[in-house]
Amino acid sequence: MPTNFEVNGKPVSVTVEARTTLADCLRHHLRLTGTHVGCEHGVCGACTVIVDGYAVRSCLMLTAQAEGTKVTTVEGLSNDEALTPLQASFRKHHALQCGFCTPGMITTAHALLSEEPDCDADRVRDVLSGNLCRCTGYISIVEAVLDARSAYKKPA
Amino acid sequence: MKLPPLEYACPASLSEAVALLAAGGGDARAIAGGQSLMPMLAFRVVAPTLLVDLRKPPELKEIRISADGVRLGAMVRWRDIEDDARLAAAHPLLKAAVEHVAHYQIRNRGTVGGSIAHADPAAEMPGICVTCDAEIAVIGSAGSRVIRADDFFVGALTTALEHDEIITEIRLPAWPANRRWGFREFSRRRGDFAMAAAALFYDQDAGGSAVNAHVGVIGLGDRSRRLPEVEAALNSQVIDEALIERAAEITSATVDAQEDIHASAAYRRSLAGTMVERALRSAAA
Ligand SMILES: Cc1cc2nc3c(=O)[nH]c(=O)nc-3n(C[C@H](O)[C@H](O)[C@H](O)COP(=O)(O)OP(=O)(O)OC[C@H]3O[C@@H](n4cnc5c(N)ncnc54)[C@H](O)[C@@H]3O)c2cc1C
Ligand code: FES
Ligand code: FES
Repeated sequence: MPTNFEVNGKPVSVTVEARTTLADCLRHHLRLTGTHVGCEHGVCGACTVIVDGYAVRSCLMLTAQAEGTKVTTVEGLSNDEALTPLQASFRKHHALQCGFCTPGMITTAHALLSEEPDCDADRVRDVLSGNLCRCTGYISIVEAVLDARSAYKKPA
Repeated sequence: MKLPPLEYACPASLSEAVALLAAGGGDARAIAGGQSLMPMLAFRVVAPTLLVDLRKPPELKEIRISADGVRLGAMVRWRDIEDDARLAAAHPLLKAAVEHVAHYQIRNRGTVGGSIAHADPAAEMPGICVTCDAEIAVIGSAGSRVIRADDFFVGALTTALEHDEIITEIRLPAWPANRRWGFREFSRRRGDFAMAAAALFYDQDAGGSAVNAHVGVIGLGDRSRRLPEVEAALNSQVIDEALIERAAEITSATVDAQEDIHASAAYRRSLAGTMVERALRSAAA
Protein backbone atom coordinates (compact mmCIF):
# COMPACT_ATOMS: atom_id res chain seq x y z
CA MET A 1 0.00 0.00 0.00
CA PRO A 2 1.49 3.38 -0.91
CA THR A 3 2.15 6.01 1.74
CA ASN A 4 1.13 9.53 0.77
CA PHE A 5 2.61 12.66 2.26
CA GLU A 6 4.18 15.95 1.29
CA VAL A 7 7.90 16.59 1.08
CA ASN A 8 9.13 20.16 0.76
CA GLY A 9 5.75 21.27 -0.54
CA LYS A 10 5.32 18.53 -3.16
CA PRO A 11 2.99 15.53 -2.76
CA VAL A 12 4.75 12.16 -2.86
CA SER A 13 3.43 8.62 -2.94
CA VAL A 14 5.88 5.86 -2.04
CA THR A 15 5.60 2.11 -1.77
CA VAL A 16 8.25 0.77 0.59
CA GLU A 17 8.68 -2.16 2.98
CA ALA A 18 6.93 -1.48 6.29
CA ARG A 19 10.25 -1.52 8.13
CA THR A 20 11.66 1.36 6.05
CA THR A 21 12.38 4.37 8.22
CA LEU A 22 11.44 7.82 7.02
CA ALA A 23 15.20 8.59 6.82
CA ASP A 24 15.84 5.71 4.42
CA CYS A 25 12.72 6.53 2.43
CA LEU A 26 13.89 10.11 1.94
CA ARG A 27 17.42 9.10 0.98
CA HIS A 28 16.94 5.92 -1.03
CA HIS A 29 13.48 6.27 -2.52
CA LEU A 30 13.10 10.01 -2.88
CA ARG A 31 16.81 10.63 -3.47
CA LEU A 32 16.90 13.45 -0.96
CA THR A 33 20.32 12.68 0.43
CA GLY A 34 20.62 15.94 2.36
CA THR A 35 19.15 14.13 5.37
CA HIS A 36 22.11 12.33 6.94
CA VAL A 37 22.02 9.06 8.82
CA GLY A 38 24.67 8.78 11.51
CA CYS A 39 23.66 6.31 14.19
CA GLU A 40 20.27 4.90 13.10
CA HIS A 41 19.11 4.69 16.69
CA GLY A 42 18.18 8.14 17.79
CA VAL A 43 21.28 9.56 19.45
CA CYS A 44 23.06 11.77 16.90
CA GLY A 45 20.35 14.01 15.43
CA ALA A 46 21.89 14.12 11.93
CA CYS A 47 18.64 12.74 10.47
CA THR A 48 16.41 15.50 11.88
CA VAL A 49 13.55 16.60 9.61
CA ILE A 50 10.50 18.73 10.32
CA VAL A 51 7.14 16.92 10.34
CA ASP A 52 4.05 19.13 10.61
CA GLY A 53 6.16 21.86 12.18
CA TYR A 54 7.94 19.64 14.72
CA ALA A 55 11.62 18.69 14.48
CA VAL A 56 11.85 14.89 14.74
CA ARG A 57 14.43 12.19 14.16
CA SER A 58 13.61 10.53 10.84
CA CYS A 59 15.49 7.34 11.78
CA LEU A 60 13.00 6.81 14.61
CA MET A 61 9.92 7.11 12.41
CA LEU A 62 8.50 4.55 10.02
CA THR A 63 7.63 5.83 6.56
CA ALA A 64 4.05 4.69 7.18
CA GLN A 65 3.87 7.03 10.17
CA ALA A 66 4.38 9.98 7.84
CA GLU A 67 1.07 9.29 6.07
CA GLY A 68 -0.81 12.57 5.61
CA THR A 69 1.95 14.77 7.05
CA LYS A 70 3.99 17.65 5.65
CA VAL A 71 7.71 16.88 5.82
CA THR A 72 10.45 19.48 5.40
CA THR A 73 14.01 18.31 4.83
CA VAL A 74 17.17 20.37 4.68
CA GLU A 75 16.69 20.63 0.89
CA GLY A 76 13.43 22.46 1.60
CA LEU A 77 15.28 25.05 3.66
CA SER A 78 17.42 26.32 0.80
CA ASN A 79 16.88 27.90 -2.58
CA ASP A 80 18.94 28.14 -5.73
CA GLU A 81 19.34 31.91 -5.73
CA ALA A 82 21.10 32.78 -2.50
CA LEU A 83 21.99 31.55 0.95
CA THR A 84 19.11 31.81 3.42
CA PRO A 85 19.80 33.93 6.51
CA LEU A 86 20.34 30.73 8.55
CA GLN A 87 22.77 29.32 5.98
CA ALA A 88 24.58 32.65 5.74
CA SER A 89 24.91 32.76 9.50
CA PHE A 90 26.38 29.23 9.59
CA ARG A 91 28.88 30.33 6.96
CA LYS A 92 29.77 33.56 8.72
CA HIS A 93 30.40 31.82 12.06
CA HIS A 94 32.19 28.78 10.59
CA ALA A 95 29.49 26.62 12.13
CA LEU A 96 30.46 23.61 10.02
CA GLN A 97 33.60 21.74 9.19
CA CYS A 98 32.98 18.30 7.70
CA GLY A 99 29.28 19.10 7.40
CA PHE A 100 27.95 15.72 8.43
CA CYS A 101 25.89 17.09 11.31
CA THR A 102 24.84 20.24 9.45
CA PRO A 103 21.51 19.07 7.97
CA GLY A 104 20.34 18.11 11.47
CA MET A 105 21.63 21.37 12.92
CA ILE A 106 19.89 23.45 10.23
CA THR A 107 16.54 21.66 10.47
CA THR A 108 16.59 21.74 14.28
CA ALA A 109 17.60 25.41 14.39
CA HIS A 110 14.94 26.30 11.81
CA ALA A 111 12.21 24.58 13.84
CA LEU A 112 13.39 26.28 17.01
CA LEU A 113 13.73 29.78 15.55
CA SER A 114 10.38 29.54 13.74
CA GLU A 115 8.70 28.97 17.09
CA GLU A 116 10.97 30.85 19.46
CA PRO A 117 12.74 33.69 17.64
CA ASP A 118 13.60 35.23 21.02
CA CYS A 119 15.35 32.19 22.48
CA ASP A 120 18.53 32.78 24.48
CA ALA A 121 21.89 30.99 24.35
CA ASP A 122 20.88 28.59 27.10
CA ARG A 123 17.77 27.52 25.20
CA VAL A 124 19.77 27.06 21.98
CA ARG A 125 22.25 24.83 23.83
CA ASP A 126 19.42 22.91 25.43
CA VAL A 127 17.75 22.26 22.06
CA LEU A 128 21.00 21.39 20.27
CA SER A 129 22.01 18.98 23.06
CA GLY A 130 20.36 16.25 21.00
CA ASN A 131 22.61 16.90 17.96
CA LEU A 132 26.15 15.59 17.97
CA CYS A 133 28.97 17.37 16.13
CA ARG A 134 32.42 15.79 16.11
CA CYS A 135 34.19 18.76 14.55
CA THR A 136 33.23 22.24 15.64
CA GLY A 137 33.02 22.09 19.42
CA TYR A 138 29.50 23.58 19.16
CA ILE A 139 30.37 27.16 20.13
CA SER A 140 30.29 28.41 16.54
CA ILE A 141 27.00 26.59 15.91
CA VAL A 142 25.34 28.21 18.93
CA GLU A 143 26.63 31.61 17.78
CA ALA A 144 25.32 31.06 14.26
CA VAL A 145 21.86 30.14 15.52
CA LEU A 146 21.75 33.14 17.87
CA ASP A 147 22.85 35.45 15.08
CA ALA A 148 20.12 34.14 12.76
CA ARG A 149 17.34 34.99 15.21
CA SER A 150 16.67 38.43 13.73
CA ALA A 151 15.68 36.88 10.40
CA TYR A 152 12.90 34.93 12.12
CA LYS A 153 11.37 37.81 14.07
CA LYS A 154 8.05 38.99 12.75
CA PRO A 155 8.13 42.68 11.80
CA ALA A 156 6.45 44.62 14.61
CA MET B 1 21.22 -1.21 11.86
CA LYS B 2 18.13 -1.61 9.73
CA LEU B 3 14.93 -2.83 11.34
CA PRO B 4 13.90 -6.47 11.08
CA PRO B 5 11.14 -7.24 8.53
CA LEU B 6 7.71 -6.51 9.96
CA GLU B 7 4.14 -5.55 9.14
CA TYR B 8 2.46 -2.30 10.15
CA ALA B 9 -1.14 -1.51 11.06
CA CYS B 10 -2.75 1.77 12.03
CA PRO B 11 -6.18 0.98 13.48
CA ALA B 12 -8.75 3.76 13.92
CA SER B 13 -10.06 2.54 17.27
CA LEU B 14 -8.76 1.10 20.53
CA SER B 15 -10.87 -2.05 20.19
CA GLU B 16 -9.31 -2.79 16.79
CA ALA B 17 -5.86 -2.18 18.24
CA VAL B 18 -6.52 -4.62 21.08
CA ALA B 19 -7.86 -7.21 18.62
CA LEU B 20 -4.72 -6.91 16.48
CA LEU B 21 -2.44 -7.32 19.51
CA ALA B 22 -4.46 -10.31 20.75
CA ALA B 23 -4.42 -12.00 17.33
CA GLY B 24 -0.65 -11.46 17.04
CA GLY B 25 0.06 -13.32 20.26
CA GLY B 26 3.35 -12.11 21.70
CA ASP B 27 4.59 -11.23 18.19
CA ALA B 28 2.55 -8.04 17.80
CA ARG B 29 3.57 -4.83 19.58
CA ALA B 30 2.10 -1.42 20.07
CA ILE B 31 4.09 1.53 18.75
CA ALA B 32 3.51 5.01 20.18
CA GLY B 33 6.23 7.63 19.57
CA GLY B 34 8.74 4.94 18.61
CA GLN B 35 11.49 6.74 20.53
CA SER B 36 12.39 3.65 22.56
CA LEU B 37 10.95 0.92 20.35
CA MET B 38 12.67 1.99 17.10
CA PRO B 39 16.16 1.85 18.70
CA MET B 40 15.25 -1.56 20.22
CA LEU B 41 14.23 -2.74 16.74
CA ALA B 42 17.38 -1.31 15.17
CA PHE B 43 19.49 -3.18 17.70
CA ARG B 44 17.28 -6.24 17.11
CA VAL B 45 16.68 -6.54 20.83
CA VAL B 46 13.05 -7.16 19.91
CA ALA B 47 11.69 -8.50 16.62
CA PRO B 48 7.89 -8.30 16.53
CA THR B 49 6.20 -9.33 13.29
CA LEU B 50 3.50 -6.64 13.55
CA LEU B 51 3.57 -3.07 14.82
CA VAL B 52 0.23 -1.61 15.85
CA ASP B 53 0.35 2.19 15.69
CA LEU B 54 -1.67 3.88 18.44
CA ARG B 55 -1.73 7.34 16.86
CA LYS B 56 -5.34 7.35 15.64
CA PRO B 57 -7.67 6.64 18.61
CA PRO B 58 -8.53 10.20 19.71
CA GLU B 59 -9.22 9.33 23.37
CA LEU B 60 -5.52 8.66 24.05
CA LYS B 61 -4.33 12.21 23.38
CA GLU B 62 -6.01 14.27 26.06
CA ILE B 63 -4.70 15.93 29.20
CA ARG B 64 -7.61 16.27 31.62
CA ILE B 65 -7.35 18.26 34.82
CA SER B 66 -10.07 18.15 37.48
CA ALA B 67 -10.56 18.10 41.26
CA ASP B 68 -9.59 14.41 41.13
CA GLY B 69 -6.16 15.15 39.72
CA VAL B 70 -4.41 15.01 36.36
CA ARG B 71 -5.22 12.40 33.74
CA LEU B 72 -2.73 11.95 30.95
CA GLY B 73 -3.84 10.01 27.88
CA ALA B 74 -1.22 7.42 26.96
CA MET B 75 -0.35 9.24 23.69
CA VAL B 76 0.33 12.59 25.39
CA ARG B 77 3.82 13.61 24.28
CA TRP B 78 6.54 15.19 26.41
CA ARG B 79 6.02 18.25 24.25
CA ASP B 80 2.32 18.43 25.14
CA ILE B 81 3.17 18.49 28.86
CA GLU B 82 5.76 21.20 28.27
CA ASP B 83 3.24 23.30 26.33
CA ASP B 84 0.32 22.92 28.79
CA ALA B 85 0.44 26.01 31.03
CA ARG B 86 -2.21 24.57 33.39
CA LEU B 87 0.15 21.88 34.61
CA ALA B 88 2.48 24.33 36.36
CA ALA B 89 -0.17 24.64 39.07
CA ALA B 90 -1.99 21.33 38.60
CA HIS B 91 1.15 19.19 38.91
CA PRO B 92 4.43 21.09 39.25
CA LEU B 93 6.39 17.92 40.11
CA LEU B 94 5.31 16.27 36.85
CA LYS B 95 6.22 19.37 34.90
CA ALA B 96 9.66 19.65 36.52
CA ALA B 97 10.47 15.98 35.99
CA VAL B 98 9.42 15.96 32.34
CA GLU B 99 11.81 18.86 31.65
CA HIS B 100 14.59 16.31 32.15
CA VAL B 101 13.30 13.80 29.61
CA ALA B 102 15.42 13.35 26.48
CA HIS B 103 16.10 15.93 23.77
CA TYR B 104 14.05 18.40 21.71
CA GLN B 105 13.32 16.12 18.73
CA ILE B 106 12.58 13.08 20.91
CA ARG B 107 10.25 15.14 23.08
CA ASN B 108 8.23 15.98 19.96
CA ARG B 109 7.29 12.30 19.52
CA GLY B 110 7.87 10.37 22.76
CA THR B 111 4.79 9.66 24.87
CA VAL B 112 4.02 9.07 28.55
CA GLY B 113 2.35 5.73 27.83
CA GLY B 114 5.35 4.52 25.83
CA SER B 115 7.69 5.54 28.60
CA ILE B 116 5.93 3.62 31.35
CA ALA B 117 5.38 0.57 29.10
CA HIS B 118 9.10 0.63 28.29
CA ALA B 119 9.88 0.89 32.05
CA ASP B 120 13.50 2.00 31.88
CA PRO B 121 14.74 2.15 35.52
CA ALA B 122 16.39 5.53 34.78
CA ALA B 123 13.32 7.13 33.15
CA GLU B 124 11.58 10.03 34.86
CA MET B 125 7.91 9.21 34.19
CA PRO B 126 7.87 5.80 35.92
CA GLY B 127 9.52 7.53 38.90
CA ILE B 128 6.79 10.18 39.03
CA CYS B 129 4.09 7.49 38.78
CA VAL B 130 5.60 5.53 41.69
CA THR B 131 6.27 8.59 43.86
CA CYS B 132 2.78 10.01 43.34
CA ASP B 133 0.85 6.71 43.69
CA ALA B 134 -0.48 7.01 40.14
CA GLU B 135 -2.98 4.58 38.72
CA ILE B 136 -2.48 3.13 35.26
CA ALA B 137 -5.65 2.43 33.26
CA VAL B 138 -5.31 -0.32 30.65
CA ILE B 139 -7.59 -2.11 28.20
CA GLY B 140 -7.13 -5.60 26.79
CA SER B 141 -9.18 -8.44 25.34
CA ALA B 142 -10.19 -9.45 28.88
CA GLY B 143 -11.55 -5.92 29.49
CA SER B 144 -10.32 -2.85 31.32
CA ARG B 145 -8.43 -2.69 34.60
CA VAL B 146 -6.62 -0.16 36.72
CA ILE B 147 -3.17 -1.01 38.08
CA ARG B 148 -1.39 0.80 40.93
CA ALA B 149 1.96 2.14 39.77
CA ASP B 150 3.78 0.15 42.44
CA ASP B 151 2.28 -3.08 41.04
CA PHE B 152 2.69 -1.99 37.41
CA PHE B 153 6.50 -1.74 37.44
CA VAL B 154 7.93 -5.22 37.94
CA GLY B 155 11.60 -4.65 37.08
CA ALA B 156 13.89 -3.29 34.39
CA LEU B 157 11.92 -3.13 31.11
CA THR B 158 9.27 -5.36 32.73
CA THR B 159 5.71 -4.40 33.64
CA ALA B 160 2.46 -6.07 34.66
CA LEU B 161 1.00 -5.49 31.15
CA GLU B 162 -0.31 -8.51 29.21
CA HIS B 163 0.75 -8.70 25.55
CA ASP B 164 -2.70 -7.64 24.35
CA GLU B 165 -3.11 -4.79 26.82
CA ILE B 166 -2.85 -1.11 25.91
CA ILE B 167 -2.29 1.65 28.43
CA THR B 168 -5.05 4.22 28.00
CA GLU B 169 -4.42 6.69 30.79
CA ILE B 170 -2.14 7.65 33.67
CA ARG B 171 -4.06 9.06 36.65
CA LEU B 172 -2.14 11.26 39.05
CA PRO B 173 -3.97 12.07 42.31
CA ALA B 174 -4.95 15.69 42.98
CA TRP B 175 -2.19 18.08 43.96
CA PRO B 176 -3.00 20.44 46.89
CA ALA B 177 -2.09 24.04 46.13
CA ASN B 178 0.39 24.52 48.98
CA ARG B 179 2.17 21.18 48.76
CA ARG B 180 5.96 21.34 49.05
CA TRP B 181 7.94 19.46 46.41
CA GLY B 182 11.36 19.05 44.85
CA PHE B 183 12.93 17.32 41.87
CA ARG B 184 16.66 16.94 41.29
CA GLU B 185 18.43 14.87 38.68
CA PHE B 186 22.05 14.22 37.84
CA SER B 187 23.14 13.12 34.36
CA ARG B 188 26.40 13.79 32.53
CA ARG B 189 24.76 15.60 29.63
CA ARG B 190 21.50 17.47 29.38
CA GLY B 191 18.67 15.21 28.26
CA ASP B 192 20.41 11.96 29.13
CA PHE B 193 18.83 9.36 31.34
CA ALA B 194 19.24 9.94 35.08
CA MET B 195 22.34 8.57 36.80
CA ALA B 196 20.28 9.27 39.89
CA ALA B 197 17.28 11.48 40.54
CA ALA B 198 14.97 12.25 43.45
CA ALA B 199 11.30 13.19 43.22
CA LEU B 200 9.59 14.10 46.47
CA PHE B 201 6.78 16.02 48.13
CA TYR B 202 5.14 16.54 51.51
CA ASP B 203 2.25 18.50 52.97
CA GLN B 204 2.41 20.57 56.15
CA ASP B 205 0.14 20.46 59.18
CA ALA B 206 -0.97 23.54 61.13
CA GLY B 207 2.22 23.46 63.19
CA GLY B 208 4.43 23.40 60.10
CA SER B 209 5.43 19.75 60.42
CA ALA B 210 5.72 17.55 57.35
CA VAL B 211 2.96 15.02 56.76
CA ASN B 212 2.28 12.61 53.93
CA ALA B 213 5.93 12.60 52.80
CA HIS B 214 6.55 10.78 49.51
CA VAL B 215 10.18 10.29 48.51
CA GLY B 216 11.04 8.44 45.30
CA VAL B 217 14.34 7.70 43.60
CA ILE B 218 15.01 7.14 39.91
CA GLY B 219 17.96 5.41 38.21
CA LEU B 220 18.77 3.16 41.16
CA GLY B 221 18.15 -0.57 41.13
CA ASP B 222 15.82 -2.28 38.68
CA ARG B 223 12.96 0.24 38.96
CA SER B 224 11.94 3.47 40.67
CA ARG B 225 10.98 3.04 44.30
CA ARG B 226 9.85 5.05 47.28
CA LEU B 227 12.07 5.13 50.35
CA PRO B 228 9.87 4.34 53.38
CA GLU B 229 12.70 4.88 55.90
CA VAL B 230 13.29 8.40 54.63
CA GLU B 231 9.57 9.17 54.55
CA ALA B 232 9.24 7.96 58.17
CA ALA B 233 12.09 10.22 59.23
CA LEU B 234 10.41 13.26 57.67
CA ASN B 235 6.81 12.71 58.77
CA SER B 236 5.67 14.75 61.81
CA GLN B 237 8.90 16.73 61.81
CA VAL B 238 9.68 20.32 60.95
CA ILE B 239 12.05 20.06 58.00
CA ASP B 240 15.24 21.89 58.87
CA GLU B 241 18.83 21.65 57.67
CA ALA B 242 19.78 18.94 60.20
CA LEU B 243 16.85 16.76 59.14
CA ILE B 244 17.68 17.28 55.46
CA GLU B 245 21.20 16.01 56.08
CA ARG B 246 19.84 13.08 58.06
CA ALA B 247 17.46 12.24 55.18
CA ALA B 248 20.41 12.21 52.78
CA GLU B 249 22.30 9.81 55.05
CA ILE B 250 19.35 7.46 55.35
CA THR B 251 18.91 7.55 51.57
CA SER B 252 22.52 6.57 50.91
CA ALA B 253 22.35 3.85 53.56
CA THR B 254 19.10 2.24 52.44
CA VAL B 255 18.82 2.74 48.69
CA ASP B 256 19.33 -0.22 46.38
CA ALA B 257 22.01 0.69 43.82
CA GLN B 258 23.63 -1.20 40.97
CA GLU B 259 27.02 -0.90 39.33
CA ASP B 260 27.16 -0.45 35.55
CA ILE B 261 29.32 1.22 32.91
CA HIS B 262 28.16 4.65 34.05
CA ALA B 263 28.92 4.48 37.78
CA SER B 264 29.78 2.25 40.71
CA ALA B 265 27.11 1.26 43.22
CA ALA B 266 28.82 3.26 45.97
CA TYR B 267 28.87 6.40 43.81
CA ARG B 268 25.20 5.96 42.96
CA ARG B 269 24.23 5.56 46.63
CA SER B 270 26.09 8.71 47.51
CA LEU B 271 24.58 10.56 44.53
CA ALA B 272 21.08 9.48 45.54
CA GLY B 273 21.64 11.00 48.98
CA THR B 274 22.78 14.24 47.41
CA MET B 275 19.76 14.36 45.08
CA VAL B 276 17.35 13.82 48.01
CA GLU B 277 19.20 16.47 50.00
CA ARG B 278 18.97 19.06 47.21
CA ALA B 279 15.37 18.22 46.38
CA LEU B 280 14.39 18.57 50.04
CA ARG B 281 16.22 21.86 50.32
CA SER B 282 14.35 23.24 47.32
CA ALA B 283 11.07 21.91 48.75
CA ALA B 284 11.69 23.61 52.08
CA ALA B 285 12.91 26.91 50.60
C1 LIG C 1 18.61 9.53 22.61
C2 LIG C 1 17.43 9.25 23.50
C3 LIG C 1 17.43 9.78 24.79
C4 LIG C 1 16.37 9.54 25.64
N1 LIG C 1 16.41 10.06 26.91
C5 LIG C 1 15.40 9.82 27.77
C6 LIG C 1 15.41 10.32 29.10
O1 LIG C 1 16.32 11.03 29.51
N2 LIG C 1 14.39 9.99 29.92
C7 LIG C 1 13.33 9.20 29.49
O2 LIG C 1 12.42 8.95 30.26
N3 LIG C 1 13.27 8.74 28.24
C8 LIG C 1 14.28 9.01 27.37
N4 LIG C 1 14.21 8.50 26.09
C9 LIG C 1 13.05 7.65 25.73
C10 LIG C 1 11.84 8.47 25.32
O3 LIG C 1 11.36 9.22 26.40
C11 LIG C 1 10.71 7.62 24.76
O4 LIG C 1 9.83 8.53 24.19
C12 LIG C 1 9.90 6.80 25.73
O5 LIG C 1 10.71 5.98 26.54
C13 LIG C 1 8.97 5.83 24.98
O6 LIG C 1 7.87 6.51 24.49
P1 LIG C 1 7.40 6.28 23.00
O7 LIG C 1 6.08 6.92 22.88
O8 LIG C 1 8.44 6.73 22.09
O9 LIG C 1 7.19 4.71 22.97
P2 LIG C 1 7.56 3.58 21.89
O10 LIG C 1 9.02 3.64 21.61
O11 LIG C 1 6.64 3.68 20.74
O12 LIG C 1 7.21 2.29 22.71
C14 LIG C 1 7.98 1.87 23.82
C15 LIG C 1 7.40 0.56 24.37
O13 LIG C 1 6.13 0.82 24.93
C16 LIG C 1 5.11 0.05 24.30
N5 LIG C 1 3.94 0.93 24.26
C17 LIG C 1 3.91 2.21 23.77
N6 LIG C 1 2.70 2.77 24.03
C18 LIG C 1 1.97 1.84 24.68
C19 LIG C 1 0.65 1.83 25.21
N7 LIG C 1 -0.16 2.92 25.17
N8 LIG C 1 0.21 0.71 25.82
C20 LIG C 1 1.03 -0.37 25.91
N9 LIG C 1 2.28 -0.43 25.44
C21 LIG C 1 2.75 0.68 24.83
C22 LIG C 1 5.68 -0.36 22.98
O14 LIG C 1 5.12 -1.57 22.54
C23 LIG C 1 7.15 -0.52 23.31
O15 LIG C 1 7.39 -1.74 23.91
C24 LIG C 1 15.26 8.76 25.21
C25 LIG C 1 15.24 8.24 23.90
C26 LIG C 1 16.32 8.48 23.04
C27 LIG C 1 16.28 7.91 21.65
S1 FES D 1 20.63 8.84 12.48
FE1 FES D 1 18.83 9.45 13.46
S2 FES D 1 19.53 10.20 15.34
FE2 FES D 1 21.34 9.40 14.45
S1 FES E 1 30.86 19.66 11.26
FE1 FES E 1 31.63 17.65 11.30
S2 FES E 1 30.22 16.66 12.63
FE2 FES E 1 29.64 18.71 12.77
